[in-house]
Amino acid sequence: MKPTKPTPQRRPVLRGRAGRHLHGGPLTYAVLILFTAGSLFPLVWTAIAASRNNTRLSQTPPPFWFGGNLFKNLQTAWTDANMGLALLNTAVVAGTIALGTVLFSTLAGFAFAKLRFRFKNLLMLLVVATMMVPPQLSVVPLFMTVAELQWTDQLQAVILPTLVSAFGVFFMRQYLVQALPSELVEAARVDGASSLRIIWHIVFPAARPAMAVLGMLTFVAAWNDFFWPIIALTQDNPTVQVALANLGQGFVPDQSVIMAGALLGTLPLLLAFVLFGRQIVGGIMQGAVKG
Amino acid sequence: MRPYTDQSGPAASPSSGDAVPAPDRRATAAVERPQAGDRRRAWRSRRYRWDTKYSPYAFVAPFFVFFAAFGVFPLLYTGWSSLHRVSLSAPNDMEWVGLHNYTRLLEDEFFWNALRNTFTIGVLSTVPQLLMALGIAHLLNYRLRASGFFRVAILTPYATSVAAATLVFVLLFGRDYGMINWVLDAVGLGKVDWQSGTLSSQVAVSTIVIWRWTGYNALIYLAAMQAVPNDLYESAALDGATRWQQFLHVTIPSLRPTILFTVVVSTIGATQLFGEPLLFGGAGGQKGGASHQFQTLGLYLYEQGWFNFHLGRASAIAWSMFLILLIVAGVHLLVARRLRKSQ
Repeated sequence: MKPTKPTPQRRPVLRGRAGRHLHGGPLTYAVLILFTAGSLFPLVWTAIAASRNNTRLSQTPPPFWFGGNLFKNLQTAWTDANMGLALLNTAVVAGTIALGTVLFSTLAGFAFAKLRFRFKNLLMLLVVATMMVPPQLSVVPLFMTVAELQWTDQLQAVILPTLVSAFGVFFMRQYLVQALPSELVEAARVDGASSLRIIWHIVFPAARPAMAVLGMLTFVAAWNDFFWPIIALTQDNPTVQVALANLGQGFVPDQSVIMAGALLGTLPLLLAFVLFGRQIVGGIMQGAVKG
Repeated sequence: MRPYTDQSGPAASPSSGDAVPAPDRRATAAVERPQAGDRRRAWRSRRYRWDTKYSPYAFVAPFFVFFAAFGVFPLLYTGWSSLHRVSLSAPNDMEWVGLHNYTRLLEDEFFWNALRNTFTIGVLSTVPQLLMALGIAHLLNYRLRASGFFRVAILTPYATSVAAATLVFVLLFGRDYGMINWVLDAVGLGKVDWQSGTLSSQVAVSTIVIWRWTGYNALIYLAAMQAVPNDLYESAALDGATRWQQFLHVTIPSLRPTILFTVVVSTIGATQLFGEPLLFGGAGGQKGGASHQFQTLGLYLYEQGWFNFHLGRASAIAWSMFLILLIVAGVHLLVARRLRKSQ
């Protein structure tokens, strides 16, 4: 309890009329519950459809409750659509990209936030400007390069082009400007600490919350990345999204198996959401206010 | 890595150097060899100067190296190859054709079709999405039980991939056995052919986009709403403003920069729309439906490059998309400036 904070009760006249700190009424809850149901329903129904079979899915009314085919369908998706390998590949790709992005973004963000060097503002402007460039613009030469290096179907073809992110640099800079007192860095300097020592003992601890958020956001984005992987990889060594795309484009004609694949590809992130949902929400909201 | 051992006063003692992480070889070299105090101090101060002078560049270097290799170079090379005839089967055989790829694009009805589709799907998905997000954010801004649950739940679609989401919606939008048509039929509105109609298929594709991104945008608006100072609401309430008037005259104006930000981000996203229409089309999805009725620019690029083997033409489409984005960004900027002036 912080005694210095004014409590809303101090001005009873305005309670119920000012726009904030009001309790939601029944209508508010009704709309929110409806919207939440709409958000969650397609996911639940994926599981329902995955637990049925193709014959049941081509009947009306569509199924509203689980059937008994879930494990059979998951198994078919696992073997036929290469989902096991796809999940492993995606974990490697998304993990590496998240680690790389967090590390490089923290280093660059720290330099832009707290260090002095020539062309700093110009370089930062360049970083921000690159957030505008769409991935379509580089896909043709990237494909040529990958073909030339014979990297088709190899994970580095997907990892390397996404290993750094302009958004990450921007995000870390915004965070460190506030969260890391300049005096701390200067004091360490005066004490003769090298830059790497400052990074390790001062910047990383101060940046840890933002690093966690950036890591989660990057992981989700990398896990779900679609455009470049589907060009660079094939069914022989796919990420989850490539495997799903092949499922959807007629690789396996059975709808319930397709849904089982979709479920497999989504489940790891959904689990992460159950565990870290609040942190991810907090991260997005934090990024929004600062960005 | 050794733990932090440096709490005891100034770190000027010579041994301080060996807690430094491994890559800094200069530091360890300096302390391992026994040297005269003077030389050591000179070395130390030179090292210190180098360190402060050059390490910022080392910290930003990885980003720029990767960005140069996988961002700038491909960007320029795309421009270069858009002036050539390049085939997917022999990407190194480039034949100079000047602006031919661009003039051909302007004559191609499918380019204009894709441009039109990208625009309509963009409007159909962005406008309802942002309006709904604004409303939801407003509701979430009340004091609520289980507000944490609502926030996480509305963000869940964001964790779903384009591929997984689209595959589910393909089933839900199925013509004969899809749930949406079953509901429409049950309430007497009749079935809709979501695949083959132009408007209906575009509505279906937009629905997938709306489903995935509304919650995300709602959270961004919510964050901005919570940063609005309460005094503004209190003085508005004192002036007799109703809650709706407060929303219109306090909340919305305070959110203007955030709204502009989401409009720009959503527009960029809409311009690049690719996965949803591709998978909504099923087999042969790069066409965007039997009569290209929901083929976007992204799909058209993919079709030209990876199904018709014209990498040069695909590059020209990519650069056209970039130009369109720049125009859109310019318009946004003008509108924003006009709004600011009129205030």
